[in-house]
Amino acid sequence: MAASPAYGEEKGGSSSLGEPEYGHDPASGGIFASDYKRHDDLKEMLDSNKDSLKLEAMKRIVAMIARGKNASDLFPAVVKNVACKNIEDPNQLIRASALRVLSSIRVPIIVPIMMLAIKEAASDMSPYVRKTAAHAIPKLYSLDSDQKDQLIEVIEKLLADKTTLVAGSVVMAFEEVCPERIDLIHKNYRKLCNLLIDVEEWGQVVIINMLTRYARTQFLSPNQNESLLEESAEKAFYGSEEEDTKDAKAEAASLAKRKPYVMDPDHRLLLRNTKPLLQSRNAAVVMAVAQLYFHLAPKAEVGVIAKALVRLLRSHSEVQYVVLQNVATMSIKRRGMFEPYLKSFYIRSTDPTQIKILKLEVLTNLANETNISTILREFQTYIRSMDKDFVAATIQAIGRCATNIGKVRDTCLNGLVQLLSNRDELVVAESVVVIKKLLQMQPAQHSEIIKHMAKLTDNIQVPMARASILWLIGEYCEHVPKIAPDVLRKMAKSFTNEEDIVKLQVINLAAKLYLTNSKQSKLLTQYVLNLAKYDQNYDIRDRARFIRQLIVPTEKSGALNKYAKKLFLAQKPAPILESSFKDRDHFQLGSLSHLLNAKAVGYQELPDWPDEAPDPSVRNVEVPEWTKCTSREKRKEKVEKPFYSDSEGESGPTESADSEPESDSEESGSSSSSGTSSSSSEEEEEEEEEEEEEGSGEQSEDKEGEEEEEKRKKRKEKGGLRKVSPRSMVSSTFLPWSPREWAWWPTLSCGPWQLLSPAFGAVRTYELLHRMAGEGLSVEYCFSRRPFPGDPHMVAVQIQISNNTDAEVKSLRVSEPKLLAGMRIQEFPEIGMGTVVEGRWDTVAALCFQRACTHTRHFYVSIQPPVGELMAPVFMSENEFRKEQGKLTGMSEITEKLTLPEKCRSDHAIVQQVTSAANVGRVPCGADNEYRFAAKTVTSGSLVLITLEWREGAAAQLTVNSEKMVIGTMLVKDIIQALAQ
Amino acid sequence: MEAVPCRSVRHHQRASPRLIGLCWPRVAPLELSLLKLAPWVAFLPCDGAVMIHSLFLINASGDIFLEKHWKSVVSRSVCDYFFEAQERASEAENVPPVISTPHHYLLSVYRHKIFFVAVIQTEVPPLFVIEFLHRVVDTFQDYFGVCSEVMIKDNVVVVYEVLEEMLDNGFPLATESNILKELIKPPTILRTVVNTITGSTNVGDQLPTGQLSVVPWRRTGVKYTNNEAYFDVIEEIDAIIDKSGSTITAEIQGVIDACVKLTGMPDLTLSFMNPRLLDDVSFHPCVRFKRWESERILSFIPPDGNFRLLSYHVSAQNLVAIPVYVKHNINFRDSSSLGRFEITVGPKQTMGKTIEGVMVTSQMPKGVLNMSLTPSQGTHIFDPVTKLLTWDVGKINPQKLPSLKGSMNLQAGTSKPDENPTINLQFKIQQLAISGLKVNRLDMYGEKYKPFKGIKYMTKAGKFQVRT
Repeated sequence: MAASPAYGEEKGGSSSLGEPEYGHDPASGGIFASDYKRHDDLKEMLDSNKDSLKLEAMKRIVAMIARGKNASDLFPAVVKNVACKNIEDPNQLIRASALRVLSSIRVPIIVPIMMLAIKEAASDMSPYVRKTAAHAIPKLYSLDSDQKDQLIEVIEKLLADKTTLVAGSVVMAFEEVCPERIDLIHKNYRKLCNLLIDVEEWGQVVIINMLTRYARTQFLSPNQNESLLEESAEKAFYGSEEEDTKDAKAEAASLAKRKPYVMDPDHRLLLRNTKPLLQSRNAAVVMAVAQLYFHLAPKAEVGVIAKALVRLLRSHSEVQYVVLQNVATMSIKRRGMFEPYLKSFYIRSTDPTQIKILKLEVLTNLANETNISTILREFQTYIRSMDKDFVAATIQAIGRCATNIGKVRDTCLNGLVQLLSNRDELVVAESVVVIKKLLQMQPAQHSEIIKHMAKLTDNIQVPMARASILWLIGEYCEHVPKIAPDVLRKMAKSFTNEEDIVKLQVINLAAKLYLTNSKQSKLLTQYVLNLAKYDQNYDIRDRARFIRQLIVPTEKSGALNKYAKKLFLAQKPAPILESSFKDRDHFQLGSLSHLLNAKAVGYQELPDWPDEAPDPSVRNVEVPEWTKCTSREKRKEKVEKPFYSDSEGESGPTESADSEPESDSEESGSSSSSGTSSSSSEEEEEEEEEEEEEGSGEQSEDKEGEEEEEKRKKRKEKGGLRKVSPRSMVSSTFLPWSPREWAWWPTLSCGPWQLLSPAFGAVRTYELLHRMAGEGLSVEYCFSRRPFPGDPHMVAVQIQISNNTDAEVKSLRVSEPKLLAGMRIQEFPEIGMGTVVEGRWDTVAALCFQRACTHTRHFYVSIQPPVGELMAPVFMSENEFRKEQGKLTGMSEITEKLTLPEKCRSDHAIVQQVTSAANVGRVPCGADNEYRFAAKTVTSGSLVLITLEWREGAAAQLTVNSEKMVIGTMLVKDIIQALAQ
Repeated sequence: MEAVPCRSVRHHQRASPRLIGLCWPRVAPLELSLLKLAPWVAFLPCDGAVMIHSLFLINASGDIFLEKHWKSVVSRSVCDYFFEAQERASEAENVPPVISTPHHYLLSVYRHKIFFVAVIQTEVPPLFVIEFLHRVVDTFQDYFGVCSEVMIKDNVVVVYEVLEEMLDNGFPLATESNILKELIKPPTILRTVVNTITGSTNVGDQLPTGQLSVVPWRRTGVKYTNNEAYFDVIEEIDAIIDKSGSTITAEIQGVIDACVKLTGMPDLTLSFMNPRLLDDVSFHPCVRFKRWESERILSFIPPDGNFRLLSYHVSAQNLVAIPVYVKHNINFRDSSSLGRFEITVGPKQTMGKTIEGVMVTSQMPKGVLNMSLTPSQGTHIFDPVTKLLTWDVGKINPQKLPSLKGSMNLQAGTSKPDENPTINLQFKIQQLAISGLKVNRLDMYGEKYKPFKGIKYMTKAGKFQVRT
């Protein structure tokens, strides 16, 4: 490798671990290992006009970067070549990629360019580009946080986007840049809830977590009234003071208000729309919904999440680990919901220890009077496990069950005492520690056990266990008066060899015995204290000195001496054995902070419910008429589209409220008013059908149709995709379209010719619905001849709708388009129309259609596109034209003679007539009296070549070459007709 | 009519001066591949705003054999915290999946004897990262057939390309295998050779149009000469059987794995004879949830290739048929240094099918020095170091039940172990779904050809344990 100094720079942080070269250098596989030349020629190559040179240069730069080399001085050239150029590209995927490249260049100099690019991409018509813009926001923010204000503007704009593609990414950006700006969410709340199910999995997680926080600030606690009643039982074991006071406050507040709780419909919307996601295959999504329910749902409804969480336990062990941590926390607060799944937490010998211990935790939390015997039986099996850490945890779990459930305390204690004779010392030690805690509850009844434990000091070596036994004997020395001094005697003997914690307990025992039974133990105590006085550990020396002063009366010792007994033998409260997961739910469940039980960097606190609900009207959105797509339409569309989201939960509370009565009236209306209008349109329909049948025989393949129907005041339009309202044209913002309005079906590939922008002649407008037939609504359509932005294989139809009445027109849409085989339609979302005298929408539509049929309130309309509209102009040179024409002879060539009328005998007139009859582009031609045009069909990309030869006078000959014979034939007819006019 | 085309509006908005030229020629297709190599590597260290910062792949012997950074480079030394945790944990699966270090958090998954360690810096739902890491492993498996250190090293370029596409700035981008394969072609021997010679890459020439689609999980333009759709209904029995042979807990969980190779955009429906058996289900995103809710029919446009359509759990009310039983007699005598060991495996409720692929494993107590056993069929191994007994039984012939008998040598002088070993069982039953689930029909809409359809059933042991 001819490395010039500039390339020699090493990437930071490399080390020589393992096989560093391999790991570090993806390019060493040989693929990038071509010879590296100098910068200068790279720059030259980039600036050259040849694509191949540029490509080569870019490859080498990418290879350099992949090797961690510094290529930053090449940026201006790179930016110019890749990003800037392509950011303008008509292909949305290229625009998006260019933005992604641009935003990944992290040099400060690029900030202004990036900002501009992001802003522009945020108003791009393609949702995919807008999604990329959302992805770029955090990148720019991390590069330069001073851009925050501007970025928030972009986020605000993107939050208003109505497509699922953008939603996840923009919420992600929101969380990174301005999670505190909860006010930006209000207007988008319902939309986010409704889109949620169709958002991609990772976006769902981010949105759900954000909405959880949002709901906590905007709604009232659904459990405020019941909290005391239901929880009191559990409180007995787990309640903390803090919680009690909190609840008491809540209760007081609710009592004072005496206002029955009514759930905000938006709160309900969130719960309803997230629930189906419990069925997701993605564990993170399921967990996100589970935590949302845990934090937001009324107690009675939280139970639904249990089944889904238990399902996750069958996943990979890392997933189990995280889920069990959360279940452990939840099972303390809401024990009931996991009880039916008790057996799912049973432990297998093959589970990893960390999973076993978490399951044990859950089992213990779930234990109650009814299931405790089953659980204890299960525990007995665990105690015999070979995994000793797990056995120790089981013993502690038994201890916790015993303290929490009085009924089984004796059983547990007996079981533990039996373990004292276990052969494994660790088991015994752990049992001793747990028994000590249990005995503190009722020492009087258990002097036998204490005696038994005293004997263990001979054998047991585990310091913690020895210390526990000594403490126990000291504490209850009055229950075992004979044994205690003897134990002290033995311990005094071995004192010097004991561990520190044991020594401290020996001193403790000595002191207590001195106070209760000084006759037998005075000398022993003195002896122990003397030994301790010279111990190596200063804690022990200090303790010995302190205790001597306290218990042995001397002149110097003051009044304290009198209280020594009280000090040492005071009644001590029994320890509470509680779960380490208690109260962890103040962290948002499912979060990293919850798992670590510590605030992680960047953790957003889960807010407490407000006492008073903030104004719910902030979430009301004034739906501009033209965007009001009601859920109903979507639902219909869904029948053919693969989404989860045909859920009832689709519509927001406000929308659903008005859509129902509407549909009622619709039906009643249809039955009552099926008189005149329907019969007239039926006739229409028949005519149309006839026409169609004629054509369909020969043209079925290529014919593309559109069908339009209308519903009373509803109207549908043909394959509308994107609408630009008059207003939006001015402001140049685009209505977002959601992917569900985009059908994206595979089609034949296009030819290699570049598409020209369409020739704009006089655009002919066709009537779709006359205003008389349409009861005041009139519709016209034309072929805009622009590329349909969603799909290059579709033909755009532009529809203009006018409302000539005073009444409001609602929910215009296409319903049940009837398409011939091979046709497709992209519908536009439902449009609402107020009493605007004239509304105009440009709809770029896909073309496809067919038969019309009639029904009241539905207006059956059909679009019959002239064959000339089914193509797009192509640019080619004369030579290319000839070459292609040569290939399309014989069957593919149709020639017709014609006579040109007077007014059509000028160049201009001919060209105009031909281009208005068909969407074709002119091809340069050497001959004076010859006109050539070229186009290719939009769907299949087949070439259509038109030649018009003007002979003497009025005579002319028209030739059309196309492999689509049907198209050719029809085109000839159409052009001749146009020229004849 | 004043149609305002989208393109021209975009131009309108660009009123402000900028260095971007307006009239560039269209992008030549060759440049596309470059764009997909995006994004560029970091040049400045930046903090925050990244979910997953870096990924380290660590093998069983603790070598970092691959690292990938989505932003600034995080030093390998961050893995030292991981190694510490690994040392503390006796076994690989006991390494905590989440480790907190002073400046980073390490989230890891362990699969195929490789640790995939993600480095993150800020709060992020742990399952988010863990699920993503598993998705990475699944993708590697999908691309290379197996996910092993050797395979990853052999295909290191593809690995980097795939990782680059899966995360954008640390946030998951393209995780659907169908889309990834559009972007980056899986390696084949031929292409590897060609690439090495020509220096070209695996980055696809086509644009990932799938990302734009309403069916983002399916790639476009799928064509096959033979159109086939295969569905495997695979059920696993998880059970704990106690000493006396009674069932402590048993449940059935199943999956339907599909291999669909159909041209175009087929729309499939699959219905069951007895859908009520399914208690808890989770779907591939392609399944229309509503349709399932209302009609209990699986309706979907499938991804191309292999995918998991559905996972389900059979409702707990149904009694689970246990197809095998184990008779065991394992005795450690206190006084003697010899113990007796005898197990017999037999069929129980098998619906007349053969049980095959039977494998018995058991972790023997530490005190067992060696075992001298004779199997009536199959082969057995006892590893005196790990104390793991493995008996590969094969098929069960009901006329002649397989058994394994013999003695155990115990360490002299030690007392008998408290616990008898647990017996883990694996088995397979072909042509049977133990829950009784039956597919009723599979229909295809949206395409005209007649596909070849196949449904296979299988029952396997999941976590099937017999306590002794």
